[in-house]
Amino acid sequence: MNLAQLYETLTAAGNLSGWQEMYVNFYKAWFLNDRWIQYFKGLLTTIEVTVIALIIGVALGVVVAVIRTAHDQQRLGRRNPVLGIINALCKIYVTIIRGTPMMVQLLIMGFVIFKSSRNFTLVGALSLGINSGAYVAEIIRGGLMSLDPGQMEAGRSLGLGYFDTMRFIVIPQAFKAILPSLGNEFITLLKDTSLISVIGGKEIVYFAQAIITKTYEAMYPYIIVAIMYLIMVLIFTWLQGKLERRLRESDRR
Amino acid sequence: MIDVKHLKKSFGNHVVLDDISEHIYPGEKVVVIGPSGSGKSTFLRCLNLLETPTAGTITFEGKVITDPKSDIDKIRQHMGMVFQHFNLFPNMTIRKNITLAPVRTGLMKQDEADETAIALLKRVDLLDKADAYPAQLSGGQKQRIAIVRALAMKPKVMLFDEPTSALDPEMVGEVLDVMKELAQEGMTMVVVTHEMGFAREVGSRVLFMDGGHVLEQNEPHAFFANPQNERTKLFLSKVL
Repeated sequence: MNLAQLYETLTAAGNLSGWQEMYVNFYKAWFLNDRWIQYFKGLLTTIEVTVIALIIGVALGVVVAVIRTAHDQQRLGRRNPVLGIINALCKIYVTIIRGTPMMVQLLIMGFVIFKSSRNFTLVGALSLGINSGAYVAEIIRGGLMSLDPGQMEAGRSLGLGYFDTMRFIVIPQAFKAILPSLGNEFITLLKDTSLISVIGGKEIVYFAQAIITKTYEAMYPYIIVAIMYLIMVLIFTWLQGKLERRLRESDRR
Repeated sequence: MIDVKHLKKSFGNHVVLDDISEHIYPGEKVVVIGPSGSGKSTFLRCLNLLETPTAGTITFEGKVITDPKSDIDKIRQHMGMVFQHFNLFPNMTIRKNITLAPVRTGLMKQDEADETAIALLKRVDLLDKADAYPAQLSGGQKQRIAIVRALAMKPKVMLFDEPTSALDPEMVGEVLDVMKELAQEGMTMVVVTHEMGFAREVGSRVLFMDGGHVLEQNEPHAFFANPQNERTKLFLSKVL
């Protein structure tokens, strides 16, 4: 007897035992009408949104962090007024993003700023990227600031310019130092993609909820969603560990 | 070569250098000594503008480097600096540590810089470490690398900021030997150090600093044999 036949027999029989009912509900949440395909469709969107948001977040984060650090590391008496204004804008950006909930930012982006847009997924990815950028900026800034100032001094004393010293000496070392916190931020970002269902983004939770409205049974779809996120995070953590081990090459004695 | 006029530096209300005027001539080996907090490191760091002077002018080969319009990166290419804590770049191999600056500043092509690095490494007897990372080296080896890294830029003057203070005692000698050799070749050097033996043997002039002033200076023999200033006498009686 295959799975489908078992399901047919059990629903026809009625008056099921606990185990039988579990089976029927799981079958409805996963196999019936090939619903598992929907989860994977959602998963694809989740990955797509994560990647787009990641690119936006890292790009924004690097730019903001470099501006903030460059501003703070200016020689006294040689402050650049243009840099001062850009720095103030960066500070406002970080303050607003960190000071308001992700959910509220999404709602404002989806229903106020882009209310005429039908591309909910892209709006969601954009909101997440902008949000992530603020946190990434602070993580990178922390990394840049935490590095021994002697490294910057050594680079500059050799006649290298500020940006060359940043590029070859400070940033590679800072990157290694911030990788764990950066990984943490990426995991948060990956999981936060589940929020875009509130503005109609068609990711995993969106499809799970659609299935629930048909089966009137919430437990299995949500548990399936949870397991899918967990697996993605585990894969990512494993990749991050590999990268960290590779970057530690220069620490070997 | 380096002309310092009325140099002042203060951090907030704390005056570290108080009206210092000094001239460093080509080929001189100026050794700066003094108690900690006397401002000797700050003085050295002002010479290549790692610290921005509060007032006064510094001129290097006719160029006023304290002028905000001066291209400090260009000037620093001619002034090598060696730090107390080596400050090698831990993310690069020794070879890359040495060749990065000459290549990026356009002084040399990569292959030329590689040859220079090999010649310099041979000179300090560390050729076998070319592809090692700084973490694999001892303190003395790191400092010798830091010296040749600065030399790779073919500087006209070398600034040493307590180059042996962070070393285990048995490693001090190997670093001083490299510095002595450099001095014999006629390099202009400004050395902040606590190594009185080095000051006596290599220095062509000794400056004694305390409280942001140069209290006494002389050629080393007379300086150590016959100090004039009371503060100098007290200091020397403690360290010799």
